[in-house]
Amino acid sequence: MTEKAQKTKNKSLVLRLLGVVLGMFLFGFALVPLYDVFCEITGINGKTRGQAIYQKTEINKTREITISFITNTNRGMPWDFKPLTNVMKVHPGEMNEVRFYAKNRSQEAVVGQSVPSVSPGEAALYLNKTECFCFDQQLLAGGEAIEMPMKFYIDADIPEDISHLTLSYQLYNVTEAAVTVAAQ
Amino acid sequence: MADHHPTGIKRWLFTTNHKDIGSMYLWFSFIMFIIGGAMAMVIRAELYQPGLQFVEPNFFNQMTTMHGLIMVFGAVMPSMVGLANWLIPMQIGAPDMALPRMNNWSFWILPFAFTLLLSSLFMEGGAPNFGWTFYAPLSTTYGPPSTDFFILGVHMMGISSIMGAINVIVTVFNMRAPGMTLMKMPLFVWTWVITAFLLIMVMPVLAGAVTMMLTDRHFGTAFFDAAGGGDPVMFQHIFWFFGHPEVYIMILPAFGVASEIIPAFARKKLFGYSSMVYATASIALLSFIVWAHHMFTVGMPVAGELFFMIATMLIAVPTGVKVFNWVATMWQGSMTFETPMLFSIAFVILFTIGGFSGVMLAMAPVDFQYHDTYFVVAHFHYVLFPGAIFGTTAAVYYWLPKWTGKMYNEKMGKLHFWLSMIFVNLTFFPMHFSGLAGMPRRIPDYNMMFADFNMLASIGAFGLGLTQILFFGIMVKTIWFSKEKAPDKPWDGATGLEWDQLPCPAPYHTFDTPPKVS
Repeated sequence: MTEKAQKTKNKSLVLRLLGVVLGMFLFGFALVPLYDVFCEITGINGKTRGQAIYQKTEINKTREITISFITNTNRGMPWDFKPLTNVMKVHPGEMNEVRFYAKNRSQEAVVGQSVPSVSPGEAALYLNKTECFCFDQQLLAGGEAIEMPMKFYIDADIPEDISHLTLSYQLYNVTEAAVTVAAQ
Repeated sequence: MADHHPTGIKRWLFTTNHKDIGSMYLWFSFIMFIIGGAMAMVIRAELYQPGLQFVEPNFFNQMTTMHGLIMVFGAVMPSMVGLANWLIPMQIGAPDMALPRMNNWSFWILPFAFTLLLSSLFMEGGAPNFGWTFYAPLSTTYGPPSTDFFILGVHMMGISSIMGAINVIVTVFNMRAPGMTLMKMPLFVWTWVITAFLLIMVMPVLAGAVTMMLTDRHFGTAFFDAAGGGDPVMFQHIFWFFGHPEVYIMILPAFGVASEIIPAFARKKLFGYSSMVYATASIALLSFIVWAHHMFTVGMPVAGELFFMIATMLIAVPTGVKVFNWVATMWQGSMTFETPMLFSIAFVILFTIGGFSGVMLAMAPVDFQYHDTYFVVAHFHYVLFPGAIFGTTAAVYYWLPKWTGKMYNEKMGKLHFWLSMIFVNLTFFPMHFSGLAGMPRRIPDYNMMFADFNMLASIGAFGLGLTQILFFGIMVKTIWFSKEKAPDKPWDGATGLEWDQLPCPAPYHTFDTPPKVS
């Protein structure tokens, strides 16, 4: 093969391989939304859905589901945050309310965002919240305390083998981000 | 044929010759091996006895992090590229690599990348201290200022590796001598081609991961920050999607070396050539679907744990085929036990032992006990030290006469081998026990009950470190102070273009006209 032909052959292969490199770099970034898609399809992430609307269905009084509530605050979050009810026994299809207490222990105003998580992961799909403080950011002035309600119902068709759910809220300090958005 | 070449520093800065570049990669990797090894000595000195004797915990964490980074990216990977550069053109009958100037650049990026990385030890806040796996948020939110230099260094090393891999693929696909069909190539070339494909596929993902780290740290993104809607566990998924193929990148060329050396010293053809090729390709393909076995304790649902457990156990099958074939090659062969053969046989046995602990780790429910203990440390050091490093050492002893025209002293080589054999096992075997007993990883101090195992491991490590100085002495003596010229065919059982058709040492330019391939 002539040197020119060799160089042309090499160049075309190099370009194709560089295409693979670029493709895999983009794939790395594509993994970010793909991760969410995978979790949504399989429902195994423990992420709850957004605001639900109450479907009036038959309340299944024969089944009792135990639901526990736990809370966590992130480092840098100077709030007290706890559920006012730790454990509830509910029936699928029945509307329930639980209240959470939050107090800003610091002197300045702080904005908090709660992120829910459900265990076991599969149960997340069956927990429907119609009203939740986690849908919005909460602003508390220095020293202010509030009670926040959360209204939910559990789907009537929750699988038989789930009898206990734990709903966890992690509270994050988003004051900086909220201020930036407000200023824009 | 003119054999002259430029001299002095300019020769080494501007060379496009695969032999020169191969030598530079090998010497660079050895220097990195010593530096990374020195860090291991600091670690083992601190862990020699319970209590905190020599270093602060934060500095200890810097040592474990840098030891991992230097060994993975500075010692093992460049040594494999050095072997590739020296051997691939000669073994396929090509005059040089396909892209000689890019080859030069691939090498010269590395000294700059590692100067950057090592200089972080002297920066305010110290070097990276979050483990070579740099999980978020420890690395993103809580990492020292030098983390950004670490990110830049990783980008540079990645570019070097990717360019090297492209060079290997184009060379092997386009520049084989007529008659050198794919299924006639030496197995070292095959394993490197497959390694090169792994490299171009996963190094860009690593680049993406560290870029996401950089933007999380400085440009307001929240890929891995839960407060902003991101997910730290996603970091682990992205990292290990790179990380698992990375460990196969580190071992496959060593598989190729074993497949060259064992037939030579058993004076018998490699058993099952085509199954060796298919097994290597299967290992490479499977390596893409097992990454979460590094994450069994992260909170994955059972379905995920099962999938990754089964896929991981599956990889043991083609690996077993390879081990079986090496043994079958030796079976009823006419064996002699020169230094390259000793290192290669030790490779087969000790890598297999590392594989056994790997199969144990693959069982998700029991991995809940082993994860993040010294059992994992034992596993990967067995597959990396008696695996990748012994493989490279065997290659250096085997091909040294071809590269330099000098023969090493066989008695000294055997001494190096036996000291390495004893000390590598003394260092890492006790770690299986301390891990099973519950000793966690990455800790500068530990419970009294682990003391005896740690003392043994530290003694072994000091011996292993000293043995490398012996290795260095053997190499220097042989290359520069030995009067004995090696014969053109130092190994009577060796086959292949580089042994059949080239003298020892090989001339600066070889196969300017393509050789005849039988």
